[in-house]
Amino acid sequence: MAKEIKFSDDTMAVVNSILKRYPEGKQKSAVIPLLHLAQMEFDGWLDVPVMDYVASLMKILPIEVYEVASFYSMFNLKPVGKCLIEVCRTGPCWLLGAEDIVRHIEKKLNIKDGETTPDGMFTLKTVECLAACGTAPVIQVGEKYHENMTCESVDAMLNDYRSKGERKTHWDKQHIKSQH
Amino acid sequence: MGKQLLLENINVPGIETLEVYRAHGGYSALEKALKKKPEELVEEVKKSGLRGRGGAGFPTGMKWSFIAKPEGVPRHLVCNADESEPGTFKDRFLMEKKPHILIEGMIISSFALGANVSYIYIRGELLYVYHILEKAIAEAYAAGLLGKNILGTGYDLDLYVHPGGGAYICGEETALIESLEGKRGNPRIKPPFPAVQGVWARPTVVNNVETIAATVPIVNMGGEEYAKIGVGKSTGTKLISACGHINKPGVYEIDLGLPVEEFLYSENYCGGIRNGKKLKAVVAGGSSVPILPADLFLKTAKGEARLMSYESLADGGFATGTMLGSGGFIVMDETTSVVKNLWNFTRFYHHESCGQCSPCREGTGWMERILHRILDGHGKQTDVDLLFDIQSKIDGKTICPLGDAAAWPVASAIRHFRKEFEEYIKNPSSIKDVKHYYSLRNQQAAV
Repeated sequence: MAKEIKFSDDTMAVVNSILKRYPEGKQKSAVIPLLHLAQMEFDGWLDVPVMDYVASLMKILPIEVYEVASFYSMFNLKPVGKCLIEVCRTGPCWLLGAEDIVRHIEKKLNIKDGETTPDGMFTLKTVECLAACGTAPVIQVGEKYHENMTCESVDAMLNDYRSKGERKTHWDKQHIKSQH
Repeated sequence: MGKQLLLENINVPGIETLEVYRAHGGYSALEKALKKKPEELVEEVKKSGLRGRGGAGFPTGMKWSFIAKPEGVPRHLVCNADESEPGTFKDRFLMEKKPHILIEGMIISSFALGANVSYIYIRGELLYVYHILEKAIAEAYAAGLLGKNILGTGYDLDLYVHPGGGAYICGEETALIESLEGKRGNPRIKPPFPAVQGVWARPTVVNNVETIAATVPIVNMGGEEYAKIGVGKSTGTKLISACGHINKPGVYEIDLGLPVEEFLYSENYCGGIRNGKKLKAVVAGGSSVPILPADLFLKTAKGEARLMSYESLADGGFATGTMLGSGGFIVMDETTSVVKNLWNFTRFYHHESCGQCSPCREGTGWMERILHRILDGHGKQTDVDLLFDIQSKIDGKTICPLGDAAAWPVASAIRHFRKEFEEYIKNPSSIKDVKHYYSLRNQQAAV
């Protein structure tokens, strides 16, 4: 039997506090924060049953969640590795060597942009400007910004994530306080 | 160095906490503001001459005075913290280091507008800053600076942070409002303007982070004193985020009117071009504004020294000038290929177009592919005129300014660097590292 899709009690407390931030009847506003929480809770991506579950929490139609999830670039509609390596590829990072960083990671992990390593550890994704142009080139993993990156510091970063082996998501689990 | 109204004490340990912020004079402006009438605060901001710091430069006091006040309908202030304009990282820096200045500014501005529930819409990539703001807001609630009966004045305000999901377009105010309502970020046709029908069809003001933070020093020193800083209609200080080929990238607070040459070469600011190279071009206000070659950047067409002000940077119109924009200051040295840089920016706009208006949805893709063709060694001499023609058919012909933002870099690059395009087309072997383009070409990533 498939695993039941349900937020933990601790996450549900956050969900409920978010739903209260918008006027009565406008709970649809919570869709983006709730999708971030869903990615945190359900393996870093949004499977259709997960999106249906999120829709039910706001009492809106599933399509209203799908159309949002497919518009915003941070929502993954396919499985991703434990660490999604997001390399900024826009203007200022590009001027300072983002291309070299991307090619280095491609070679090092033997995957292309958009692919996941066979062990499910890393997915590489090039993204647009991360608002950290003064410390270019920049890589985001989960909520963390890695700045002033070089091929050497990329290697160290990858080794560090691999040795820890934890899943990293944009909404980091450390911010979910235990309710007990 | 100019006055440090926003960045003052930014390196004081613990300034992100309420305790340290208050020990350094924080929330004194709020105490002053709550003793005034809301209309007086709007007047004060009008007197200050403050202009929107997100890029458009529209007078803030005037924007505030447009807000509709229908009986019994709540009004909202929404802070635009969706900082996504390539080259711009000032708001992230300010919110991360000194979150309470934004919260103090939000309370002052919400009071001036008569809003009792306000939101900070922050781009999703900055979720770590979202949590910094949440923590600071919780401190403010605990100290009676937010919630019911703030500081015993009878004014109530709830303040919430709302994360986005990754979309440049949501920095446009009506797209941001759609996104806050839980929808795709498709900009709305104006009118109705947000001041009349904004979020949930209620009167709404959307202001940039820096604009809202600037109300704190304006209340502290008075609008008239604030207006004495700067030059002409460019009053006050401005955060500039400097990046690219310079020795000292970072966020600087300048008095508007600082000569660009001083900003670029002084050790107090950018510290000159790195590795002893020469300056080739500057994009002075975020990727959307026209690129200028070194000579036109440092001096206007009339030969006057250019200043960091709304008017001076725009001197000469788009023929020989540019814009102050968001303050995203991107510097390119002599080794930079303007054509490749333009391809990169155009790819960005193609990726970020929401797809509502055909000139932008299709035109940005055509421009990206033509630029790719040129860099791939298959350009035609007619491509330069074709590119110019396409941008002219996007500019001004879309619901929101993303179309203009995609068109202006193309128009200005061709206007000032036409020879570089023609040289690439005539002599494809002059294009180095073409292979790079294949690794970054398939941008429709699987994730």
